[in-house]
Amino acid sequence: MMAQFSQFRLKGLVFLAIVVFALPLFISNPFHYGLATQIALIAGAVVGLNLLVGFAGQISLGHAGFFGIGAYFSAIMTSNYGWSAIPALVVGAIGVAIIAWTVGRPILRLKGHYLSMATLAVGFIIAIILNNERELTGGPDGMPMPAFDVFGWELSVFGQYSLFGMDISGDLAWYLFAGVILLAAVWLAQNLIDSPIGRALRSVHGSEVAASVVGVNTAKYKSLVFVISAVYASVMGALYGHFQGFITPSIASFDFSILLITMVVLGGMGSTIGVIIGAVVLELLPQVLADFQEMEMMLFGLILMLTMIFMPKGLLPTAANYLNKRRSKSAGGDA
Amino acid sequence: MTALVEVNNLSKAFGGVHAVEGVSFSVDAGQVYSVIGPNGAGKTTLFNLITGLYTPTSGEVKLNGESIAKLQPNDLAERGMCRTFQQMQICMNMTAIENVMLGRHLTLKSNLLTTLFRLPSLTRGEKAAREKATELMEFVGCGEYLDTEASAMSYGALKRLEIARALAAEPKVVLLDEPAAGLNAVETAALEELIRKIAEQGITVMLVEHDMKLVMGISDRLLVLNYGRVLAEGTPEQIRANPDVIAAYLGG
Repeated sequence: MMAQFSQFRLKGLVFLAIVVFALPLFISNPFHYGLATQIALIAGAVVGLNLLVGFAGQISLGHAGFFGIGAYFSAIMTSNYGWSAIPALVVGAIGVAIIAWTVGRPILRLKGHYLSMATLAVGFIIAIILNNERELTGGPDGMPMPAFDVFGWELSVFGQYSLFGMDISGDLAWYLFAGVILLAAVWLAQNLIDSPIGRALRSVHGSEVAASVVGVNTAKYKSLVFVISAVYASVMGALYGHFQGFITPSIASFDFSILLITMVVLGGMGSTIGVIIGAVVLELLPQVLADFQEMEMMLFGLILMLTMIFMPKGLLPTAANYLNKRRSKSAGGDA
Repeated sequence: MTALVEVNNLSKAFGGVHAVEGVSFSVDAGQVYSVIGPNGAGKTTLFNLITGLYTPTSGEVKLNGESIAKLQPNDLAERGMCRTFQQMQICMNMTAIENVMLGRHLTLKSNLLTTLFRLPSLTRGEKAAREKATELMEFVGCGEYLDTEASAMSYGALKRLEIARALAAEPKVVLLDEPAAGLNAVETAALEELIRKIAEQGITVMLVEHDMKLVMGISDRLLVLNYGRVLAEGTPEQIRANPDVIAAYLGG
């Protein structure tokens, strides 16, 4: 039965679900719930970015821009125009999809450094607009964002809710909501990977020439995955904004883009569960090292460098590889 | 009857180097058609022109009577042309069978909705694609590697895998660029057998190859290139008797 389970397509998702739902047994402090919620939402965006970077082998150094657009569009529509959260989130995501498609078609022709520079520029442009359109976005001071609502029902960290007859705090409710969103994000990503579309995406990474000679329109698939990963960022950005209750342009900044990429690289490019571990580690690290806050970016740079040198496949794939080797070694010893 | 592949006065220059110059020939459906010539004669360049990887400086290529100028390799795959490479193009980030299933790409019509929610039509299509890919891997003789990572396979097995992937797209014509390069005598004999079997299925085979024994044994017609120009064209018997060819090969 164990052998059967190890073959199971969604075993990572099952493990993740166990961790997500077991975590409240170990923490109860609102601060910890808040941190866990924030990690889950950012991890969702990282899962989307991994589709582009880990599976299709492309890069985006401006993904925080899409996260920012998602958050700000929702903030503006819900705060200033009285929209409900879900329509704002959906329309924002469609808008981001259109922007990503329009931008992606020309820039995804570029490869390597050139693509990095182009996506970097996209991120900068978005951050500059958010910083300068004071009337709309509040500029560098940021803007408030109302609680997330569904059909008149509000999800606020200050609320009190009941779930299956249990009283739960707003912090826990938000955490569970973010956890379910992350599980859904992983499930959708995994379905995408295990499909002809996913195979086409991975073939773009493996050999673009091979892909094209068997009929894969590589340009189309690169744009498609760029759009999908941008939509992931947009949706997670909107939810992140609702959760925080206040957003500033820092969520669209270059620093945040680099953080997202570092999470993918550290956790393991092409490993959906791995990149979530990357997100957890890099979100927890500043908490542990709160005294060295001004050295945060330096530390991230160091982590990125060390990962590239010592475990280019990232944390989870390297660990899995190591365990497999040990297992086969001990199995060989028994025989 | 029009030829399946028709090449008219095709030229390609890289700067001042004329890699292919004024080449014309045509390949009928069902033939095994080989392109031979000394190193640097322009054989691979010719294949790259035919399969849309290079844009010709002048001249044209027609597939089934339609000009392929401005078509991308993936458009050509849709029209029934597939190929393998001298420098193998295998997706090393996938398993062997996934590489072959990639060849089924055009026959698997999937949209984003059925994919994201993994609807039954998707799993049915995947199952059928896997069966077809298994069959093809057994056909080319690498059936024992189904779920092996491509990066863990031997050179000879990868060469056959690449052919299986090309066949998975159900091509009308398949272009094999030096399939015997780096193979030993036993493997080459197996390859000859495989090419025969492919041709028996009615698939037109175009071949760039250095192994004269292999080429002379299986080709219906041959094209000899030298310095980018056509030196001779004809049946294996005609080529063997051609004094120009003998001179070019023996340096006479």
